[in-house]
Amino acid sequence: MSPEKMVTMANQIATFFKSQPGTDQSDRIAAHLSDFWDPRMRAQLQSYVSEGGKGLDALVLEAAQKI
Amino acid sequence: MKDLIIPWDADRDFGTPAKEGKPVTLTIDGFEVTVPEGTSVMRAASEAGMQIPKLCATDSLEAFGSCRLCVVEIEGRRGTPASCTTPVAEGMVVHTQSQKVKKIRKGVMELYISDHPLDCLTCAANGDCELQDMAGMVGLRDVRYEAPQTGGLANHFEARNTSGEANAEWLPKDDSNPYFTYDPAKCIVCSRCVRACEEVQGTFALTIEGRGFGSRVSAGAANDSFLTSDCVSCGACVQACPTATLQEKSVIELGTPERSVVTTCAYCGVGCSFKAELNGDDLVRMVPYKHGKANRGHSCVKGRFAYGYATHSDRILNPMIRDSIDQPWKEVSWDEALSFAATKMRGLQETYGRRSIGVITSSRCTNEETYLVQKLARGVFGNNNTDTCARVCHSPTGYGLGQTFGTSAGTQDFDSVEHTDVVIVIGANPTDGHPVFASRLKKRLRAGAQLIVIDPRRIDLVKSAHIKAAHHLPLRPGTNVSVVTSLAHVIVTEGLMDEAFIRERCDWEEFQEYAEFVSDPRHSPEANEMLTGVPAEELRKAARLFATGGNGAIYYGLGVTEHSQGSTTVMGIANLAMLTGNIGRKGVGVNPLRGQNNVQGSCDMGSFPHELPGYRHVKLPEVREIFEKAWGVEIDPEPGLRIPNMLDAAVDGTFKGLYCQGEDILQSDPDTKHVAAGLAAMECVIVHDLFLNETANYAHVFLPGSTFLEKDGTFTNAERRINRVRKVMAPRNGYADWEVTQLLANAMGAGWHYTHPSQIMEEIAATTPGFANVTYDMLEERGSVQWPCNDSAPDGTPLMHVDGFVRGKGRFIVTEYVATDERTGPRFPLLLTTGRILSQYNVGAQTRRTANSVWHEEDVLEIHPHDAENRGLNDGDWVRLASRSGETTLRAKITDRVSPGVVYTTFHHPDTQANVITTDFSDWATNCPEYKVTAVQVAPSNGPSEWQEDYNAQAAQSRRILPAAE
Repeated sequence: MSPEKMVTMANQIATFFKSQPGTDQSDRIAAHLSDFWDPRMRAQLQSYVSEGGKGLDALVLEAAQKI
Repeated sequence: MKDLIIPWDADRDFGTPAKEGKPVTLTIDGFEVTVPEGTSVMRAASEAGMQIPKLCATDSLEAFGSCRLCVVEIEGRRGTPASCTTPVAEGMVVHTQSQKVKKIRKGVMELYISDHPLDCLTCAANGDCELQDMAGMVGLRDVRYEAPQTGGLANHFEARNTSGEANAEWLPKDDSNPYFTYDPAKCIVCSRCVRACEEVQGTFALTIEGRGFGSRVSAGAANDSFLTSDCVSCGACVQACPTATLQEKSVIELGTPERSVVTTCAYCGVGCSFKAELNGDDLVRMVPYKHGKANRGHSCVKGRFAYGYATHSDRILNPMIRDSIDQPWKEVSWDEALSFAATKMRGLQETYGRRSIGVITSSRCTNEETYLVQKLARGVFGNNNTDTCARVCHSPTGYGLGQTFGTSAGTQDFDSVEHTDVVIVIGANPTDGHPVFASRLKKRLRAGAQLIVIDPRRIDLVKSAHIKAAHHLPLRPGTNVSVVTSLAHVIVTEGLMDEAFIRERCDWEEFQEYAEFVSDPRHSPEANEMLTGVPAEELRKAARLFATGGNGAIYYGLGVTEHSQGSTTVMGIANLAMLTGNIGRKGVGVNPLRGQNNVQGSCDMGSFPHELPGYRHVKLPEVREIFEKAWGVEIDPEPGLRIPNMLDAAVDGTFKGLYCQGEDILQSDPDTKHVAAGLAAMECVIVHDLFLNETANYAHVFLPGSTFLEKDGTFTNAERRINRVRKVMAPRNGYADWEVTQLLANAMGAGWHYTHPSQIMEEIAATTPGFANVTYDMLEERGSVQWPCNDSAPDGTPLMHVDGFVRGKGRFIVTEYVATDERTGPRFPLLLTTGRILSQYNVGAQTRRTANSVWHEEDVLEIHPHDAENRGLNDGDWVRLASRSGETTLRAKITDRVSPGVVYTTFHHPDTQANVITTDFSDWATNCPEYKVTAVQVAPSNGPSEWQEDYNAQAAQSRRILPAAE
C-alpha cells in the first residue's frame, strides 16, 4: 500500500492507544499490529521505519521495534 | 392444560393472542381447560381443541368483536357474548354449540354471503378462504335474501345491475401494488387488514372509510392507491385477510400451493422464518412463519415478496472462464472451469508464494458454506487470507465488544424489546434496514416505551404514525464518539450511574480511570455543542432519560461502525450500558443490528483473517491444534490480509488470486477506483455468484451460485439465533454453494467428502465451543437455538452476560474523540453519508431483479433546501456529486430530513456507484471503511460523468458471453 496510507493507519492506532491510561502504549500498539497486520504489512512498516519512518508517530516507531 | 393441546396443525389460528398470567380453569362443552388469566374464551376453546367459528379474529391481532360469528353461551350470564372479547373466569361454564348460538351464526353467515360473489370455484382464495370455511362450518345451506322483482339488492360485488346500470357501491380492483391486489368486491369489512397494518406493522396506512353499509377498506387518502399510500408492502394485511380481497398476485397466477417448507429469509440480519409454499418446485409464495422466533409471524416487502431474482433471466447457470478480462466469457463444463481455476491458483502460489491468494466468504451464504470457504484458505491455500463483508460493516462490533464484554455479539434476543422502557437507536434506520424488528420496536413504543434517536438524518422513527422520539440528537456525521462520551459525562457527573452494578460486574479500577476521563469538563455536552451540532440541553435530557427511565436498551447499526472511530464508538456504547447497569436481563443490552442475513454467522465461522471459528486468534497454538487435528494440515500462525489490505497488496503485486463467494466488492466496497485497480491487478479472480455482478467484470472464472431456496444449511441472525435454511427446490445451477466450494477445494487436492451440510455442522460443533451442542436434529426439534449452545448452556443463550461478562469483569475503555481526517473545506464543503432503503437490499443484485424497483428505481441524493438553493438545484435535477476520490451523477431530492451541510444517498444501483465517491479512510482498529463521512461538493449536471460512461462501457465489454462450443 502507499506509504501515506500505511502511515495514516499506523498513526490512527497510535492515537487510540495514546489516549488510554497506563504506560505500556507502545507494547499495546505492537500487539495490535502483530494481531491484525499481515506479515507483509508489518515488513513494509519495519522497512519504512528503518528508512527514517517519516511522518510516523513516535509511539509507532517505538512499537515497530517490538513486532 | 398442555396435554389438551392437539398438535395436529402447527399453523392453527387460536383466534386471539396468547396471554401471560395466573392459571384460570373453566369448562367448555364439558371439557375442563386451564389457561392464563386474560385469555379469551375463544382461545381457551381452541387450546382445548375446539374451534369456535370466527371471521374478524386471528391470533396475531387483539380481539375486535365485530363479526359476531363467535358468539357463545355462558351459564349464569345473559345473552350471547362474543368469545373473542370475553376473557375467561374461574369456574366459567361455556357452551359453544347450543341451538341458540348455532342459529345466530347461520344468520350472520347468511348476511355475509348475501353480499359476497359466489364465484368460489374461480376465486384465487378457493380452498384457502376463511369465509368459505366458516360457511361450511356453520352449515349454511341457503341464502334467503333475494333481489325483489322490482329492482336489485344493494351489494358491493356486482359492477352493474341486471339493467346494466352501474352499481355505485362497487369499486374496481386495485392492482397498483406489484405483489398483491385489493378487490373491494370480496371484502367483508372484518378490519383484520387495518388492524394488522396498525398492530403488527405499525404503519397505519389502511383505514375503514365511511360507515354502515358504506364502510370500505381504504389505503391512504381519498385519491390514493395501495402503491401511492404509505403502505410499505409488508404483506401483513394480505396475511390477515380471510378472503381473496387482499391476495398475492402469485397465487392468482399460479394457484393455491399444496406443500410448504419452513426456511429462513436471506435478506437482512433479522433472520425471519418463512414458509415457502409451492406446487412441485414452483414457488407460489413466501409466508412469514408464525413460530419463527425472530419475526413472530411478521415480514417485510423483501422477504415476503422479493424472491423473483431466483428465477430471473440474468441468472448465470453455467460455469465460465476466460484468460483475460478483455475477452468475452466462454461457457465450459464444471470440470473444465474448476481445473482451470485450480491450476491458476496453484500456479500463482508457486510463482508468488503461499500468501499470494485468498478468499472472501459470503455473509449471504450459510454457516456451513462460509466455514468451508475459510477452511479452503486455511487448509488448502495454507494461509489466513480470508475476510468477509463484515469487514465493511460490523468488524468494529467484533473488536469493540470483544474488548469490553469479551465476545462479539448482540446481548439480547429480539423478544427482549418487549421489556424495554428506554431505547437508544444510534446510527441505524430500522424501519428501512431491519423492518421486522422495527415493527416490534414500534409496537413497544406505542405501548409507552421512550425513544432516543442519535442520527444525522430525521429517520422515520423520529416521528411517524403514533411514534415520536423523546429526543432526536441530529449529530454531525463523524462525531459519534463525542456524543456518546458526552452522554456518559452527564451520567457520571450527575451521579446517575448504577454503582452497585459497576462494583459487582466491572473492573472497578478501570472504571475509576474512565470516570475521571469522562468527567473532564471538555467532555460536557456544552463544550461539544459546536462540534457535534447537538443542543447540549437535549443531550443532557437524553442521558438522564436513559439512565433513569427503567430498562435501557441500545440498538445500533452501521452509522456507528463505518467511521474512522467505529470501534471506539462501539466501546463507548458498551460503556453506556455498563454505566447504567443495562446488561444481563430482559429489556436491556447492546444490540448491533446486523446488515446481511448471515453476517453474524460468517464472523462466528472464522471468516476474519486473524481468527479461527469461534473468535480465537490464529496466533494461539492450542486453537490451531484443534483445527490442525481436525483438518490434518498445518495452520499459518500469522494473520492474513483484510479486504482493503488484499486490494492494496494486489496493487503492490503481492496478492494475485481471489476466490470471492456471493459478494460484490466492486460495488459495495469504498473507493471504487481503488477496488477496480486492485481487481485488475490480480491474475485470477474467481467470482461465485448468482449473477454477473460488478466484481465479475474483473473476473477470470465465474462459478454459478445457488439461491437460499436451493440448498440446506443454517443462517445465524443478529440475535445469535441459528436458524435452518431448507432446500425448497433443486439448484438450477446444478450444485449448492457448499458443493461448489468443495469441488474447487478438491480440484486443488483437498480430498473433502461432505455429502450433506449437517456433516459440516458436526465439524463446526466439534471444533467450536459455542456451537458444541448444535446439531441438525436439535434444530429440527426446536426450530432454532441461540449460541452459545454447549454443555454449560444446553438450551442455548437468549440473553448474554447474565451473571457475569464472558471475559469476567466488564472493562470500561477510555473513548477519546479524534476528528476524522476526512474534512470539509472550500472544495468539498458538504458531508455525504450513505445508507439503505426499505425496498432495496445492499448492492441490489437481488432486489433490483424484482418488482421492488417500483419503489426505488434509482439512487437519489437527499439535500437540504438551503444547500439546494445555494446551488440553484430543483427537486429531480441531475447533480454531479464529487469527492477527492471520484465523481458520479444522480438526481437530487430536496428534503429537510438531512441537516444543512449534510447530503445522503443509497448505494443500491451500479449506475450510480455511490462508492466511487467514498474514500479509503477506515476504522483505526479494523480497517472498516468510513462510508458514513465523505467531504463532497454537489453541482448541477447534464448527465452521467465521464467515469460513469467509461465504467458502463467496460462493464458491457466485460459481460459478453460466447455461446458454448458445440
